[in-house]
Amino acid sequence: MASYTLKINGKQRTVEADADMPMLWVLRDLVDLRGTKYGCGIGQCGACTIHLNGNAVRSCQLPVSAIGEAEITTIEGLSEKGDHPLQKAWKEHDVPQCGYCQAGQIMTAAALLNRNSRPSASEIADASHGNICRCGTYNKIKAAIATAAEM
Amino acid sequence: MTLIKTKIDRRSFLKSSALAGGGLMIGFAWGCNPAEATKEAPTAWFDINSFITIADNGDVTILSPNPEIGQNVKTSMPMIVAEELDVNWADVIVKQAPLSTAFQRQVAGGSQSIRSSWNILRTAGASARHLLLEAAAQEWGVSASSLRTENGYVYNGSKKLSYGHLASKAAQFEIPEEVPLKDPKDFKIIGQSKTNVDLDQIVTGKPLFGIDTRKEGMVYAAAVRPPAFGTELESFDDSEARKVNGVLDVVQFGDKIAVVATNTWAAIKGKKAIKANWKKAGNLESTTDHDKELSRLLDVASKESLKREDGNISQAFKSADGVLERVYEAPFLPHNTMEPMNFFANVTDSKVEMEGPIQTPQWTQSNVANALGRKTEEISIAMTRMGGGFGRRLYGDFAVEAAQISDKIRKPVQLIFTREDDMTAGTYRPASKYKFRAAYKNGQVVGYHLTGAGIQMGDSTRSNWFPAGGIENYRVDSHNVRSNITTGAWRAPITNFLAMAEQAFFDELAGEMGVDAVQLRLDILERAKNNPVGSIDYEPEKMIGVIKLAAEKGGWNNGNASIAKGFSAYYSHNTYVAEVAHMSQVNGQPKLDKVTVAVDCGIVVNPEAAINQVQGGVVDGIGHAMYGDFAFVDGRPQADNFDKFRLIRMKEAPDVEVHFVPGTNHPTGLGEPSLPPAGGALANAIAKATGRRVYKIPFVQQDIALG
Repeated sequence: MASYTLKINGKQRTVEADADMPMLWVLRDLVDLRGTKYGCGIGQCGACTIHLNGNAVRSCQLPVSAIGEAEITTIEGLSEKGDHPLQKAWKEHDVPQCGYCQAGQIMTAAALLNRNSRPSASEIADASHGNICRCGTYNKIKAAIATAAEM
Repeated sequence: MTLIKTKIDRRSFLKSSALAGGGLMIGFAWGCNPAEATKEAPTAWFDINSFITIADNGDVTILSPNPEIGQNVKTSMPMIVAEELDVNWADVIVKQAPLSTAFQRQVAGGSQSIRSSWNILRTAGASARHLLLEAAAQEWGVSASSLRTENGYVYNGSKKLSYGHLASKAAQFEIPEEVPLKDPKDFKIIGQSKTNVDLDQIVTGKPLFGIDTRKEGMVYAAAVRPPAFGTELESFDDSEARKVNGVLDVVQFGDKIAVVATNTWAAIKGKKAIKANWKKAGNLESTTDHDKELSRLLDVASKESLKREDGNISQAFKSADGVLERVYEAPFLPHNTMEPMNFFANVTDSKVEMEGPIQTPQWTQSNVANALGRKTEEISIAMTRMGGGFGRRLYGDFAVEAAQISDKIRKPVQLIFTREDDMTAGTYRPASKYKFRAAYKNGQVVGYHLTGAGIQMGDSTRSNWFPAGGIENYRVDSHNVRSNITTGAWRAPITNFLAMAEQAFFDELAGEMGVDAVQLRLDILERAKNNPVGSIDYEPEKMIGVIKLAAEKGGWNNGNASIAKGFSAYYSHNTYVAEVAHMSQVNGQPKLDKVTVAVDCGIVVNPEAAINQVQGGVVDGIGHAMYGDFAFVDGRPQADNFDKFRLIRMKEAPDVEVHFVPGTNHPTGLGEPSLPPAGGALANAIAKATGRRVYKIPFVQQDIALG
């Protein structure tokens, strides 16, 4: 066990963890940020997507010891009032069914919009292809990302 | 306006009473259907098990016994109540009822939540409104018939009184024999899209799901289970597991081993460090063996396998102009809910407290009671939002395990399945095969014989559904093969593959007969409608309606010749669906661009949410037809995570365009019915686009790619 001081959603958080503990479990079990979801543990489904310095990463594949000074953003820190354009667009399109994968979907889309504010339909599909939605809300996810890009 | 009974003889479906703390409470029996009430109404219809309350401050709450798994009942149910009660829909909230043995149908399954609650929710809302009108009439000293209601107020000309103000007084009045229900043309809320009531919390990452449960003093557990069906635990070595930081304990429960830790990661690491030895304890079954047995049974027709027989099929086949025979095959499937199985349990001497994502709390309560040797009344189960169900959460094995672990360690514990656990300790969609034979003469189908065979599947057919009634000589046989592999309901049980096979067969049959694929279905349905052979359990008229609507909206008879179209139609869960799949060629590769869907589900309560359900079902059906593959070798599942089990992703998902048949019929299910026809529409579009027929799921193994 070692002590790590992390920058999560703009705040300093110190945790005691084994070096190999993935950020997914640090977030969920050690700092009580449960919006980031466990889906597969092998980086295949995207449910655990967070931002590391603004880039979308799979938190299940990211050991706590690899974070260093990098800034972590989770769904809870995407906006202060739940009013990020994607969150607004998600509500406008009433995207979720079960809702479980949606935090990961939104974080993936947010990273896309960070680097490409006007993505084409195929750029949206490329970026989101790594995020599985078992309920099959892909039509609505695509539409909501396009709407957010217009905001 | 129609009147609906609230009583039979002197027995009432509804009960009004004063709410503790002030207000009105209407109790009713969930699942009761006053519109169909006769003297023989089931006793359960009189057991009050749910409530609408109107508090003195005007808050309206309904206690829903039905769990939410993404089918949106938490939003659509309050819409129904708000409509009849005449309140702003946003002022009605649904509270998830904890498990109470009084709840009769506390299940999410079979796409029945809305169907089974529609009339009683309307009646309860209308009864409450009636009592509020009576209370206002008394207060003003006028007749109730001179008053009107709107948005939570009773109006007397321009004067108004709020429901909150009237609620306590209203509780003093009796529920009348009959109450008026609104004419559907006057609906203001039903039929208007309302967004998911949990939406704000979902998009901001609030803890809502079972896996997010946290309790004082809670520890985490992961479990090692037999790696193959037909094996059992011989011995294990936990010395390495106990060395993992955070691991608190290792306990055996039944044939399984739990690693208990201070966090989920430590539990998973500890689980991986267990060295277990397993021994053979039953058949070690392989898919290759299943294949042989299922194929053999497709040629067997016996008294035992017979499900239905009309006319004389052998005669029809002998005198036919032509005969077509085809076999279709589908594998087992895991459910793969995005939220893996998990449950919280806290077993103490006095009680067993449980919480988590479960579709069948009542059944699980009794299973936990049996497993622990406890009384059911000592066991409470709270339901959380579920990260998908698809049938998997009908089976409470994971909840029983959590209880067993907590019983051993006597601590509050959350059991979590890793994805590998979830995929390999499943209750799978049974593997099955179907053989279809049809005989045709003078442009008509004159003989039809379906034989189904499945592994641990029960009846693999739906013998009284299409094309029953529309073909003179008709026979259905079904064979069940016993197995130690656990199988169960998987979204649209049986029909999730039966429909694909049947609808692909009819498409090929139409081609052989030289008739239009849509017209062939319509001809059979006209016969079933006008002069049915035997009895049938579907309404041909409604099937004809969706087929015509899908053909029109999907441009079946016109449009771009470079687009290959595949047609499919299926009835299930009391809902009728027809689909047209549109396929183009991109760089010589078939690409599924769009699926046009026509749906008859009666009144559409919440249109945007209904579209979402239909789109999801189509994407699910397409995805599993293309990629679903799950084999066993010596009892051991061959896929255990998403690197080996492929789920459909965004670039492969077609656009899904949804059209509802307008109507005022009682609403029917939507969680499942759009899935069954999807695979057939895809198979038929593939045949049109490539000239090749696909008979075996997954299609991707037949050198077919999409997107």
